[in-house]
Amino acid sequence: MGHYVSPLRIPLIEGNKTYHDITNDICAPTERTPSALWVLGFAISVAFLALYVFIITWTIWKGIGSWNLNRTIGWGWDITNFVWWVGIGHAGTLISAILLLFRQRWRTGVNRAAEAMTIFAVICAGQFPIFHMGRVWLAFFVFPYPNTRGPLWLNFNSPLMWDVFALSTYFTVSLLFWYTGLVPDFATVRDRAKGLRWKIYNFLSFGWTGSAKHWQRWESLSLILAGLSTPLVLSVHTIVSFDFATSVIPGWHTTIFPPYFVAGAIFSGFAMVLTLMIIARKVLNLEQYITIEHIESMNKVILLTGSIVGVAYLTELFVAWYSGYIYEQFAFYNRVLGPYWWSYVGMMTCNVISPQFFWSKKIRRSIAWTFGLSIVVNIGMWFERFVIIATTLARDYLPSSWSYYTPSWVEVGMFLGSIGLFFTCFLIFTRVAPVVAIAEIKSILKVAGDQYIGPKAKKHDNH
Amino acid sequence: MKTLNKEVLFGLYNDETELLSAIKQANDKHLEIMDVFTPFPVHGLDPLLGLKESRLHIAGFIYGATGTLIAFLFMTWVFVSDWPIIFGGKPFFAAPSFIPVTFEFTVLLSAIGMTVTFYTICGMGPGVVNPILDSRITDNKFCIAFDVTHGKENENDYRSFFTNTGASEVHSKNI
Repeated sequence: MGHYVSPLRIPLIEGNKTYHDITNDICAPTERTPSALWVLGFAISVAFLALYVFIITWTIWKGIGSWNLNRTIGWGWDITNFVWWVGIGHAGTLISAILLLFRQRWRTGVNRAAEAMTIFAVICAGQFPIFHMGRVWLAFFVFPYPNTRGPLWLNFNSPLMWDVFALSTYFTVSLLFWYTGLVPDFATVRDRAKGLRWKIYNFLSFGWTGSAKHWQRWESLSLILAGLSTPLVLSVHTIVSFDFATSVIPGWHTTIFPPYFVAGAIFSGFAMVLTLMIIARKVLNLEQYITIEHIESMNKVILLTGSIVGVAYLTELFVAWYSGYIYEQFAFYNRVLGPYWWSYVGMMTCNVISPQFFWSKKIRRSIAWTFGLSIVVNIGMWFERFVIIATTLARDYLPSSWSYYTPSWVEVGMFLGSIGLFFTCFLIFTRVAPVVAIAEIKSILKVAGDQYIGPKAKKHDNH
Repeated sequence: MKTLNKEVLFGLYNDETELLSAIKQANDKHLEIMDVFTPFPVHGLDPLLGLKESRLHIAGFIYGATGTLIAFLFMTWVFVSDWPIIFGGKPFFAAPSFIPVTFEFTVLLSAIGMTVTFYTICGMGPGVVNPILDSRITDNKFCIAFDVTHGKENENDYRSFFTNTGASEVHSKNI
């Protein structure tokens, strides 16, 4: 091939793979009987999903009075979990869209799974505001349709309404992007299959042939969907932050929120991608496609976004002090030293201190460290949302209504159940779809395979 | 399954480099290629085959612009004429707060419109069965196909072309 590859580039596909090896390796998990480990994971996930179904039934039956929200603290674990899940979703779009625009080749190993994660995380996120509405059977009221109540339209000036549009658009566009990428790979699985399996994958592959013109249009579509997803993903968490920032609550009413939320979202999303991929690459034997290089690259993103988040936390404190505005000062004093000091400590430790370990190359390339820290970051980002939501509401303008909030078992159950929902979806995905984008991996083989570049490269004329 | 009633002669290559140099030779010999099938998007293929740049992005822009207009004008109509309400002392026509929804709707319409257009113009969709020349095209074979329905006299030219350009296999198929 006529590609010039910088000698500094490191191989992203190991094991001297041919195109056929790539097809075999990546299709294999969808073709063999699931391993015992997968079955165990699936059983646990489905158990949590069952818990979720029970909790949701309970919530609908009893009403959200079964949650511990009160007059002062109207948003608790539910909105914390909502923001947490949406944030997790963001890494998928960042990897698939922004890194595509920046032509980062390492995205190719992880984009498919990360996009799947996005879609499942957004599904989980959506649960919380929907059930928080109370009368969930009227949830369709959030869409502007001609109705018999006037027609009384929605308040399009409200950030909560913007959220409805942002989330539903985000989900739809992510799904289209993900599925369009999957179509050629479903065709690959189809062409290896027989009988019922062929029928299923034939249906899923939409009649893909691999014609040159189709590939051209497919690339054009992927690029534009990436171009659309990039501002979209930034807008989604910006709008989520508007839920807080456009209010008049001290501690929420800050202009730093949109960039701070977006950085935090990418931070937590990459942590979740790492958690998932470190397990998936092992269980599915994809270590030669999702390499230590991929893990290191993602750790660098975590280090960067974690540091941005850290700066944002300190900026908030500084601005609160510098503003000279006592309500703002109190809000932050209370956030750090008030009744929820433990969650602030958790947030600071997990989000600001823990990613700093990644300055060390050894730790960035250590699977055990990465796995551990990725979970710590996920916990930390959950704390961040809890800190922002609960501590702020617990001490409002009226000291007489100050209160303390602990979740009821229903709220805890709903959170655990949503994790079950997420992992059930993800484990099914690893069985039915190629977890790594086969066609895209093939297209970078000659510029990223270890037989072409890097120390193990065979000597051959590059033209 | 759709049938095109075509007799197709096709050769399979093992590498995209071979494919590209074969297409160059086909162009030099003025052999008319029906289609080329590859397992992944091969760069440099489009100019050789004389494929014009896809106009999908133009369609995407039109869908997006439609979304912008629909969302913005709809919200304006709702708050200015159909049911004006004062929210937080804002004017009825509070354009800045219409921006988020307008943006989201633009992206939504553009993405859905473009994706639907893509599948429609490619003749693809759920359950569609298009004729496949060889099941390894989605794995590791690169295929050049010639239409020989009406031109049996050219068939020998095609076959010698495949031999000269290093095709690993040559087959014919009715699709």
